[in-house]
Amino acid sequence: MYPIISLSVTGLLTLFLGFSENKKIVFPASIAFLLIALATAFIDWNAPGFYFNDMLQVNNTSIVFWAILIISAILIMGFSEGFERFEFAQPAEYFAIVQFSLVGAIMMVSFKNLIMLFLGIEILSVAMYVLTGADKRNIRGNEAALKYFLMGAFATGILLFGMAMFYGATGTFNIGSGVFIGGDNSFFLWIGCTFMLIGMLFKVAAAPFHLWTPDVYEGAPTIFTAYMSTIVKTAGFVALFKVLSTTFSGLQDFWWIMIAVLVTLSLMIGNIGAVSQNSFKRLMAYSSISHAGFMLLALLGDHENALGSIMFYSVVYTLATISAFGVLMVVSKERIEKGRVYEQNDLFKGLAQNNGFLATVLIIAMLSLAGIPLTGGFWGKFFVFRDAASSGLFWVIIMAVLMSAIAIYYYFKPVLLSMSKKTSLESITINPLAKFIFAITTFGTIVLGIFPWILRSLF
Amino acid sequence: MENQLPAMPDVIAQVPLNNYVLLASILFIIGIAGVLIRRNAIIMLMSIELMLNAVNLLLVAFSSYRSDPNGQIFVFFIMAVAAAEVAVGLAIIVMIYRNIRSIDISLLDKLRG
Repeated sequence: MYPIISLSVTGLLTLFLGFSENKKIVFPASIAFLLIALATAFIDWNAPGFYFNDMLQVNNTSIVFWAILIISAILIMGFSEGFERFEFAQPAEYFAIVQFSLVGAIMMVSFKNLIMLFLGIEILSVAMYVLTGADKRNIRGNEAALKYFLMGAFATGILLFGMAMFYGATGTFNIGSGVFIGGDNSFFLWIGCTFMLIGMLFKVAAAPFHLWTPDVYEGAPTIFTAYMSTIVKTAGFVALFKVLSTTFSGLQDFWWIMIAVLVTLSLMIGNIGAVSQNSFKRLMAYSSISHAGFMLLALLGDHENALGSIMFYSVVYTLATISAFGVLMVVSKERIEKGRVYEQNDLFKGLAQNNGFLATVLIIAMLSLAGIPLTGGFWGKFFVFRDAASSGLFWVIIMAVLMSAIAIYYYFKPVLLSMSKKTSLESITINPLAKFIFAITTFGTIVLGIFPWILRSLF
Repeated sequence: MENQLPAMPDVIAQVPLNNYVLLASILFIIGIAGVLIRRNAIIMLMSIELMLNAVNLLLVAFSSYRSDPNGQIFVFFIMAVAAAEVAVGLAIIVMIYRNIRSIDISLLDKLRG
């Protein structure tokens, strides 16, 4: 609960820092604020409890997720060093919005009442609409922001309709006790369950509610694309898990088959769609849809293991995604075409020869996303497959394995390009902080690939 | 409603709950249709507002029939969040209007692949 207070206050402070003449102070101050929030998260460690009249539930599990969210935010924001140089940038506002959006994400992983779920989703989403359109003069950024806003607000409406129907059927917004189909309420309950799931699956970009993903990922500034694909996804999946494993656990027969179909659709659309993409950001967007499918697999199994698998998967996915988008950010700065940074796959041509360090980071990230052994991604997939196997849905698992085979093809496209002889770039400059972040994410991916139990045994 | 409910005001009791649910559902569907059919960003925004207000109506109706204040409190939250959302949405639309002098979303087709 403390990080919510801390981030709200420091977010306001960051806004005031924007008035100062020296814009350079905003970046280190924001990182320090995020570190403070990280420290305050652990005040409640081993002291589970409820806050604000049972609105929020805090326990060690939620604290682990807070830490994951805040650390991801720190790692991503680390790439924004030197952000104040850009003409369009208003660093104070962006850092403040990032801190406010984290408040929403934290509420999404520790809610106990649907009101808090709604508020959390909205705080996170509204902040993301603004960040997507951060580059005001870029028409592509504008288009992405408008698409994200309209689709996101539409999804919110559907989510709310579901919540209202749920309230009509049960008379409460509390997610503490399970509900069961029965009596004349069952119709409301069905609509409530379906609409709430649609609204939430929209936010995590599961097919067939994925239509916004490629456009928004491509149009948003890369740093916020990375933010969107890691933080929103992690928080969204925890929220989905919390709703499905508590309130809707009695309706499992009903949503189970729906989730199974969505897994299949997400995996097919994500992986087959990614094959033909030339833009690296669109490729990552389709990959994000397919990873949503893999993470949904965990929800099909029994709930004892599911949260641990989701946690592990989101950590390895976050690490690999930050590496991949980080490399894109560093490399694409060097090549401007038609007034904007060049973000096609062949940007990476000859990267290995040009800058071995960046190429290694990119290759390890891609291997992890593809799920090759000795990287964290392999174990992430292993755990979700094992969870799904316990449910006995073998056709979904066979499907998922086939689709991860397709995934290897498109994840190897940037890898192979980076190995090629001809280079399209001159020297690439990396600042020391970015180097440090790459070291953390790459090292983390490999350590989790060799010793997955370090993280998995937390739950 | 299987559990015993406290008495509700006569005015509300005269109209069956189903009528409220139907009205709210119809408004909600009009909102959805507006978002899906219209191509003008402002009208799409208005349709989204209609969806949210249909939800508000539904919540208030359920709340009165159950004599439970939770639903009405939720309505306040929805109204506040909807205001914030509209502020951001209009800001985005103004930003686009400054760049392309139009708010027809079919002109926004730069992103594809």
